Amino acid sequence: MTTSPVTSARPAAPSRFTTRARPPAPARSTPPTRPVMLTAEQLAAFGAELDAIRQRIIDDLGEKDAAYIRRVVRAQRAFEAAGRALFYLPPAWPLAVASLSVSKILDNMEIGHNVLHGQYDWMGDPDLNSRGYEWDTVCPSGQWKYSHNYIHHTYTNIVGRDRDLGYGLLRMGEEQRWEPRCLGNPLYAFLLMLLFEWGVLLHDLEVDRIVTGERTWADTRPLHRGMLRKVRNQTLKDYVLFPLLTGPRLLPTLAGDALANLVRNVWAFTIIFCGHFPTGVATFCEEETRDESRAHWYYRQLLGSANITGGRLFHVMTGNLSHQIEHHLFPDVPARRYPEIAAEVREICRRYGLPYNTGRLSRQFFSVEKKIFRFALPPAEKTTGPTRTAAAHRMADRVRGIRRQREKFVGTATVSRRVV
Amino acid sequence: MTLVQALLRSPVVAALTSPHGVDRYLELVNPMWAVNEIRARVVRVEPETHAGAPVATLTLQPTGSWPGHLAGQYVQLGVEIDGVRHIRCFSVSSPASGRGGRITITVRANPDGVVSSYLVGRARPGLVVHLSRAAGAFTVPEPPPRQLLFISGGSGITPVMSMVRTLLRRGYGGTITFLHYSRSPAHQIFAGELAALPPNVHVHLVHPRQGGRRLTPAELSRLMPGYRDVDTWACGPAGLIERIQDAYAGSDRLRVEYFRPPAVRGPAGGEVIFTRAGATVATVPNSGATLLEQAEAAGLAPTFGCRMGICLSCTSHKTEGVVRNVRTGEESRQPDEDIRICVSAPVGTCAVEIPVPSR
Ligand SMILES: Cc1cc2nc3c(=O)[nH]c(=O)nc-3n(C[C@H](O)[C@H](O)[C@H](O)COP(=O)(O)OP(=O)(O)OC[C@H]3O[C@@H](n4cnc5c(N)ncnc54)[C@H](O)[C@@H]3O)c2cc1C
Ligand code: FES
Repeated sequence: MTTSPVTSARPAAPSRFTTRARPPAPARSTPPTRPVMLTAEQLAAFGAELDAIRQRIIDDLGEKDAAYIRRVVRAQRAFEAAGRALFYLPPAWPLAVASLSVSKILDNMEIGHNVLHGQYDWMGDPDLNSRGYEWDTVCPSGQWKYSHNYIHHTYTNIVGRDRDLGYGLLRMGEEQRWEPRCLGNPLYAFLLMLLFEWGVLLHDLEVDRIVTGERTWADTRPLHRGMLRKVRNQTLKDYVLFPLLTGPRLLPTLAGDALANLVRNVWAFTIIFCGHFPTGVATFCEEETRDESRAHWYYRQLLGSANITGGRLFHVMTGNLSHQIEHHLFPDVPARRYPEIAAEVREICRRYGLPYNTGRLSRQFFSVEKKIFRFALPPAEKTTGPTRTAAAHRMADRVRGIRRQREKFVGTATVSRRVV
Repeated sequence: MTLVQALLRSPVVAALTSPHGVDRYLELVNPMWAVNEIRARVVRVEPETHAGAPVATLTLQPTGSWPGHLAGQYVQLGVEIDGVRHIRCFSVSSPASGRGGRITITVRANPDGVVSSYLVGRARPGLVVHLSRAAGAFTVPEPPPRQLLFISGGSGITPVMSMVRTLLRRGYGGTITFLHYSRSPAHQIFAGELAALPPNVHVHLVHPRQGGRRLTPAELSRLMPGYRDVDTWACGPAGLIERIQDAYAGSDRLRVEYFRPPAVRGPAGGEVIFTRAGATVATVPNSGATLLEQAEAAGLAPTFGCRMGICLSCTSHKTEGVVRNVRTGEESRQPDEDIRICVSAPVGTCAVEIPVPSR
């Protein structure tokens, strides 16, 4: 048995409802090697408890939640306006950049990400609706919604299905075959951090699969128009119009806008990587998730994410994605509710003997960095991991099927946007 | 003001405020500042009647972006109740308005109704609501004919009142016959104003439940000889409209307005599968009714607004199957598409992802 910190959950014989995983450390202790066993009944009961939490919150949504998201929107617009205005005041340049950075972070995370998950659709406000919201970043929201809400949240951490596992660029686990280009892992991760919004934009093109010949450039054509339009709008305002409007201070404004985008990129990358790749987060193979029950889906979401501890303001600035576990369990529940649910979820996990991965930002970040470096190198020993088995090939075939489906979806949802 | 408006509407401002748009910033300074959207502040709420379900008239001061309305048109009004925006249609009851002009709506509080009971019972001056542009072809042509017949029932008097008020304000010299049905004199909306109309408006207030004569072709002929050749506007409950339509069968002079569109069906057969967040919440045999009605019958409460295909509140994602638009008869068989469930009836088996209800 390897002592790999990567937990890989595999189906256990004889019952297909019995789920087995080598769990990560519940707190700070070393990972136990004892597998987590839930009987079919336990798994169902675990799912029912989570369903009950979800229902309770959904029934309680109302005025307070609406007022909260509107307050955040007001704050974001105020930071944005202040940031733009302070560029006229040369000594306030650092303040302007900080203000604009905060605006972009709030816009993308607590507002954009969460609104696009449909967390506020119940408000019936077209400006806070997943159907129409557009965010202050280069990736068109419609395209992101597909790859994120559908592929990533449905097939979370299923190797070969969830394209957020390494983003088709990084090697983040031993299930991914090592190739010499993986030596660049730390460099790729660093570049992805600096250019995160562009990485998110290009994610949908699946350039890695174009390189390997699994996809052609022509396949990406339905995406081009939306991408170009959004890139044009974003660059026009940040790198042309606002700098021009400050006249002689054109260059400092240009640099300030670029820096604000950079700050947002680094922050978003950090939070997202710390929510998905710290040591102990599990990956899954496709067989064990075939015909998955809702309870098992919860189980996979729980094992596939990690939380970051921090204060109230920190949570808001992460879009409450510091509660990645609760977000993955309840992606369409308003994120401001995650902190109040967290204690309960943790208590449920304790009762069922399931891991609940949480830690300080520094700890989770260090853990992610370690992984990025470790998987740059080839496996030291022969692993028993499901590298390229017949199952993996079968899986690749199915993934192709999904992608075909997806191209259709993108076609109707973002290109023609027709309501019948 | 117009210079500011033109500036705020310019492509440069649109580019600077991208992707949110200029209104998203203006509204935070003052909810009554808008260049593309339309909002209105409630300035007065006046009770009209108390008998049965109470009726009130709300005076609205729209933003400068309100383009005005023609007498007889309606607006979609959006109001936030407990954090949820609900949209309903209301006919404008005040005379035709111009850009930014004040309007009134007159609302009967439906006892189980979310929006109407809020507007009548809880709305206070200062409340800001959302408006659409005015719409609808239930209007009087230009120039107006010399003979007009208006027939209304209950709260259906509102668009008719707007037309009468507009005609009189412009000094209309022709003859108006105005036939209105209500439960009792105590239920009569605009009673004072109706009593004071000039002599070229012949008002007949009828209370069939208190012995008044029901609407029949003979009764119509008595009040308005040759009525089938007179330009007629009718608005009221479905039963009344049906009787009027029968009386006008074969005549092209009748225009009607519905507050509740009549039920229309598609063919029954097959199954309807409703999902929410990817999970199946109900599977029912397809009765042929609209998907909204079938969802409601199954105990689900999808979000709706106008229930007639205009507000898009009920937009849902169809994942499978064929649907027929009950108003146009057009069928749509794309596998993944957004549909308005209030006007879509399934043809055979169909699967629809419905949005979370607004409670
Ligand atoms: C063009 C137009 C103009 C209108 N003008 C006016 C006006 O001037 N004054 C006025 O008072 N009203 C007017 N209405 C009606 C108005 O839009 C609302 O329908 C009405 O006020 C009731 O809304 P509510 O939110 O109070 O009730 P809701 O909460 O919408 O409904 C109450 C109950 O009735 C049910 N219900 C509603 N509609 C239907 C239906 N078609 N079939 C089955 N069940 C249904 C609901 O499910 C609910 O259980 C107009 C409607 C239209 C379409
Ligand atoms: S309810 Fe308005 S379009 Fe369906």
